Amino acid sequence: MGMAEAILLTVATAATPLLIAAIGELVVERSGVLNLGVEGMMLMGAVAGFGAAIMSGSAWIGVFAGLLTGALFSLLFAFLALTLVTNQVATGLALTLLGIGMSGMIGESFVGMPGVKLRVLDLPVISDIPLIGRLLFGQDPFFYISIGLVAGVMWFLFRTRAGLTLRSVGDSHTSAHALGIRVVLIRYCAVMFGGACAGLAGAQLSLVYTTQWIENMTAGRGWIALALVVFASWRPLRVLVGAYLFGAITIMQLHVQAVNMADLVSLPGPLYWLVSVLKSAPSQLLSALPYLATIVVLVIISRNRRLTIMNTPASLGRPFVPDR
Amino acid sequence: MTAESIHETGALLDVRGLTKVFGDLKACDAVDLVIGKGEIHALLGENGAGKSTLVKMLFGSLEPNAGTIVWKDRPVRISSPAEARQLGIGMVFQHFSLFEALTAAENIALSLDDNTPIRTIAAKAKALSHSYGLPLDPYSMVGDLSVGERQRIEIIRCLLQRPELIILDEPTSVLTPQEADRLFETLERLRDEGKSILYISHRLEEVKRLCDRATVLRHGKVVGHCDPRQETASSLARMMVGSEVKAVDRHADEGSAGGERLLEITSLSRKPATPFSTPLRDISLAVSAGEIFGIAGVAGNGQGEFFEAISGEIRQPASGMVRICGRDAGHLGISARRALGAAFVPEERLGHGAAPAMRLSDNLLLARHATDSKRYLGALGTIRREAIRESARHVNEMMDVRKSGEDPAASALSGGNLQKFIIGRELDREPKVLVVNQPTWGVDAGAAARIRQALIELARSGSVVLVISQDLDELFEISDRVAVMHNGELSAPLTIAEATFEKIGLLMGGAEPGPAAHPHAAETETEGAA
Repeated sequence: MGMAEAILLTVATAATPLLIAAIGELVVERSGVLNLGVEGMMLMGAVAGFGAAIMSGSAWIGVFAGLLTGALFSLLFAFLALTLVTNQVATGLALTLLGIGMSGMIGESFVGMPGVKLRVLDLPVISDIPLIGRLLFGQDPFFYISIGLVAGVMWFLFRTRAGLTLRSVGDSHTSAHALGIRVVLIRYCAVMFGGACAGLAGAQLSLVYTTQWIENMTAGRGWIALALVVFASWRPLRVLVGAYLFGAITIMQLHVQAVNMADLVSLPGPLYWLVSVLKSAPSQLLSALPYLATIVVLVIISRNRRLTIMNTPASLGRPFVPDR
Repeated sequence: MTAESIHETGALLDVRGLTKVFGDLKACDAVDLVIGKGEIHALLGENGAGKSTLVKMLFGSLEPNAGTIVWKDRPVRISSPAEARQLGIGMVFQHFSLFEALTAAENIALSLDDNTPIRTIAAKAKALSHSYGLPLDPYSMVGDLSVGERQRIEIIRCLLQRPELIILDEPTSVLTPQEADRLFETLERLRDEGKSILYISHRLEEVKRLCDRATVLRHGKVVGHCDPRQETASSLARMMVGSEVKAVDRHADEGSAGGERLLEITSLSRKPATPFSTPLRDISLAVSAGEIFGIAGVAGNGQGEFFEAISGEIRQPASGMVRICGRDAGHLGISARRALGAAFVPEERLGHGAAPAMRLSDNLLLARHATDSKRYLGALGTIRREAIRESARHVNEMMDVRKSGEDPAASALSGGNLQKFIIGRELDREPKVLVVNQPTWGVDAGAAARIRQALIELARSGSVVLVISQDLDELFEISDRVAVMHNGELSAPLTIAEATFEKIGLLMGGAEPGPAAHPHAAETETEGAA
């Protein structure tokens, strides 16, 4: 396995949890609900996935435990924000704080324990095709799930009647209600889908990315997923671009921090210069680089204001109380 | 014709004792309504009479507290709009129930309960819209369409459901006169096809012209049935209001215009702030002391942007674009423009004209703290409560504002009374220039007459009044000159003597009027030739 191939494989592993969490939140926000609890739901998914996997010995049971826990945890948000019509921003923040605390408490005994790693897909012969073999056919299952989710969400939102209904609820809940569309029910479903995705993303972190439980191991990825959705103008393909950009820069800065300049003398001049500049920067700045670069790039591609406004769910975050 | 005689012939819809209570308010109080097959039935009443509540119960979006609905001789319970549609009841909403970010065809698909593909729906909608003379591009984005085009989508959407009863809630309030004529033709054709129509309006002339029978509501109760063709507009108004509506008195204001130019707007342009807002294109206008200048136009043609530009909510790049009382004001903010002698009344009463949760006296201070600081503020900016309450009392007396309690919150007042208060608050300052956007929108007839009278009196005292309104009757009633705003451009002004509904209607639709309607254009041509 060549060096470039190894780097590309780790990029996908770094991008996948962001992509899964963000595509779930995209569906939530397209239905007009702002759930800021992504970080908390991811942590709950990570700890549940890790625990279920070591107790059962099966990583796949861990995957389903993460998914289910995320969905159930988001149900709490849905009940508060949709049934009791609490403020969505405050409720989402509370959900994140609760998730951080609760996952830390549940996971206390898991700290330092070896986890169960989800096996990568390994198809004989085709995985051995040079370069693309491992990249396309030798990844962990989460990679295929994330790509499937993006394709599935695109098809659902823009090709099905149910997706149209969901978008209409996000555009104007009063109009939707006047037509007899069940606004609250649809939003419950969307929020739970988002919760399941966040839980799944969390499980990826503790079953593939690190294979251990560390308190607060999401390290702000939930917030980046939220930012990705907004800066991607609520469009699934742009979320994919943003997630991979973030993953690529995360891995790149790790390599820059680790590399020995003496090994790079063979590089072309400008590239050598760039690496040396980056290496001389404080390590905190390098760690912040993926966050910075992703947001800058997404801001630049969302400059088309008309497209942004057409895709922004107009009812996002607004409370809805049907009159009966 | 009585309700009973229709009942014998087999009514399509027979409503008995329908009641809806919101808190202490009986929005509908034991309402009876009978609609026969193939008739256009008018539902008349002032704002707040319970018309919208009644039809929402018929369409399943509100649940009645008491009463029965009999549809084709069978008692039914309509608990959702989907059930209403299944029975054969369709609705065209007053505040359109459309989704701006979706296409026309997608909007239509959302209210069809089966799973027909969008492409089929688009083709059907296109065919149907052409057969009724309401052309429609099913793939256009609703956010880009005019209000008239949006209403077409609502109507086509309703017709695709093959309803037997179509409910239209104030359908002409956003249309040009020509668009309204087109709508009436469509409705008459639908009636000839045997469909029934429940037509809700407070415009009496169109009810007289279109409707076969009328039911009149007042304060949630049915106060009468009539054949509108046998009535006069004023007898219908009497039934709606319950008393005579005082006609506005505008005699003796001829010749008062022609004084000092107190409001001048020169080459005012503005780029659109969002994709759905309208740019202003090179607007010029001068209004002289003693004059009421009306600006007509279909909603969304730049009136809101124009108001913001004059009031100073948006400042201009060149200070000479707006001149108030002979002084350049384009660079000034709201308070500075007020200090020059101008006053502004925006379109939305709650949230723009007044802070809903604050008391009337606080709302008075908010509007006048800068211009009357000596009167209302003490040393160190402390508030002089007594002086403000005194002014509020004076405003309430002057404009006959009816309220509960001495100083209630703005949101506790009815729309008409709050509007009277807001206009009175500005009039109390005796402004030299008053700019009003939609002065009587959603206001009952009595309050509307009081407000119009106050505007006329202000102009007679030597001030300038600029009225932006969608209500042509209102503009013809009070204005000295009228211009039309269309797509951010202002037409050449017409004096009220040369303006007709037809000319104004054509300008509202964006058509160029003939040379006769444009005396200034003709003048320029002769000058050029000479």
